[in-house]
Amino acid sequence: MSERKKTAVATAIFGVSSLVLYLLLFVYSDQLVLWAEQTRQGQKVLFLVPIVIAFVFSWVHGSFTGYFWELLGVRAAAKSK
Amino acid sequence: MESISFIDLTLTSALALFVVGFVGGMVSGFIGSGGAFVMTPAMMTLGVPGIVAVASNICHKFPKALVAAIKRHKYGQVDVKLGIIMGLFAELGMLVGKNVMTDIKNTYGDTGTSLYVSVVFVVVLAIVGSFVLRDALRMRKAEKQSGGVEAAHKLTRLASWVQSIHIPGTMMYFDSLKSKVSLLIVAPLGFATGLLASAIAVGGFVGVPAMMYVLGAPAIMASATELVVAFIMGLGGTILYALDGVVDVRLAMIILAGSLFGVQIGAIGTTYVQDSVVKFVMGLIMIIVLFSRFFYVPGYLSNLELIDPMAPETIAYLKLLGDITLVLALATGGLTIIVAIIKGMAEHRRKVSAS
Repeated sequence: MSERKKTAVATAIFGVSSLVLYLLLFVYSDQLVLWAEQTRQGQKVLFLVPIVIAFVFSWVHGSFTGYFWELLGVRAAAKSK
Repeated sequence: MESISFIDLTLTSALALFVVGFVGGMVSGFIGSGGAFVMTPAMMTLGVPGIVAVASNICHKFPKALVAAIKRHKYGQVDVKLGIIMGLFAELGMLVGKNVMTDIKNTYGDTGTSLYVSVVFVVVLAIVGSFVLRDALRMRKAEKQSGGVEAAHKLTRLASWVQSIHIPGTMMYFDSLKSKVSLLIVAPLGFATGLLASAIAVGGFVGVPAMMYVLGAPAIMASATELVVAFIMGLGGTILYALDGVVDVRLAMIILAGSLFGVQIGAIGTTYVQDSVVKFVMGLIMIIVLFSRFFYVPGYLSNLELIDPMAPETIAYLKLLGDITLVLALATGGLTIIVAIIKGMAEHRRKVSAS
C-alpha cells in the first residue's frame, strides 16, 4: 500500500472513531452532567470520568487531526531543527 | 457549595467554542501556551459560570498540551527532563497561587481578585512582552542583514552566568541547554510559571521566556518544553477541579475538537520557521493582551470605590472592548503563524527542488 493510501486509511479509521466518540458525548450528555453533580455530592471517585474521557479523546481525535493534515499535505519540514 | 449549573449546549455555542479552540490550539502548538486566556471569557459570554469555565478550560488544556508535546518531541524539540522538573514545581506554584487568590477573594471580594489578576497581567506582560518582542525584532534584523541566515543561538549574559554557577549536589544536565544547571535555579522558575498560571491561566508567558533568557534554551525548544509543563499543570489542575465536580467535560471536549486541529498546525509550523518568529509571535500576543487590560481596570477601580463610580453601562462597554482585544490578540497570533507556515513551506519546497 502506498504511503498516501496508508494515511488515508488511518485518517478514515481515526476520523470515524472520533465521530463516534463525539456522538456518544452528546447522547450521554445528561449522564455526564449527573456524574459531575454526584461528584459534588460526595461520590469523589467519579472525578476520574472527565480525566479518562480527556485522555481517550486526545488519543483518538489527536491521531485523527494529525493524519488529516498529513493527508492534505500539511506536514513538517523534512529536516527537523 | 453554591449551586452550579452546566449550560445547555446549542449548535451555535458549540461551533463558537470549536473555532476559538482551533485558533487557540494553533497558538499553543506554536509558542507552547497561550490561547487559554481567551477561552474563559468566551465560555462565560455563553453563560457558563466562572468556576466551571476555568475548570473546563484546564480540562481541555492538558490533553491539548499532551498531543502537541508528543508531536514536537518527534521533531526533537522537547527537553522532557527540564519539562518534568519545571512542571512539578509549577504544580506547587499553582497550588500556592490558588490559595493567594482565595485569600484575596475572601478579603477584597471578586473585584479584588480581578484587580490582582490585572496587575499581574500588566506587570508581567509589559516587562516580559516588550523584552521578547525587542529581542525578536533584533534577531530578525540580524537575519535580514546576513541574507536570511538564522542568527546563531546566543546565550544572554544572564544565562551564561546561570550556567556558570556550580552548586554541588544540585547540578543537572539538560539537553536543551547543552549544559548543567543547578536545580535551585530551575525550581523557582517552575514555581513562578505555576504561580502565573493560577492567576492568568497562561503560565507560559513566564515559563518560555525564563527557559530562553535565564536558562539559555533556544526559543523553539523552550516553547516545546513548555508543553510538558502545561500538561503536568493542566492534569493536576483538572484533578483538583474534577474532585469538586465543576469540570464540564462536554464543553472541554468541544474546545478540544477544534484545538487538536490547531495544535497540529502550530507544531508543524515550528519546523518551518526560525527562532525569531516564535519569539515575535509570543511578544506580539503578550503586548496585545496587555492592552486588553486597560479596558478592564477602570471598572474594577470603580467597584472598589478607588475612583469616582462609573455607570454600569460604561463598565460593561469597556469590558466588551477588553474581550474583543483578547480575541484580536489570538487572531493576530493565528494569522501570523499561518503566514509564517505558508512562507516557510514555499521556501522549503524551493530549496528542496533546487537541490
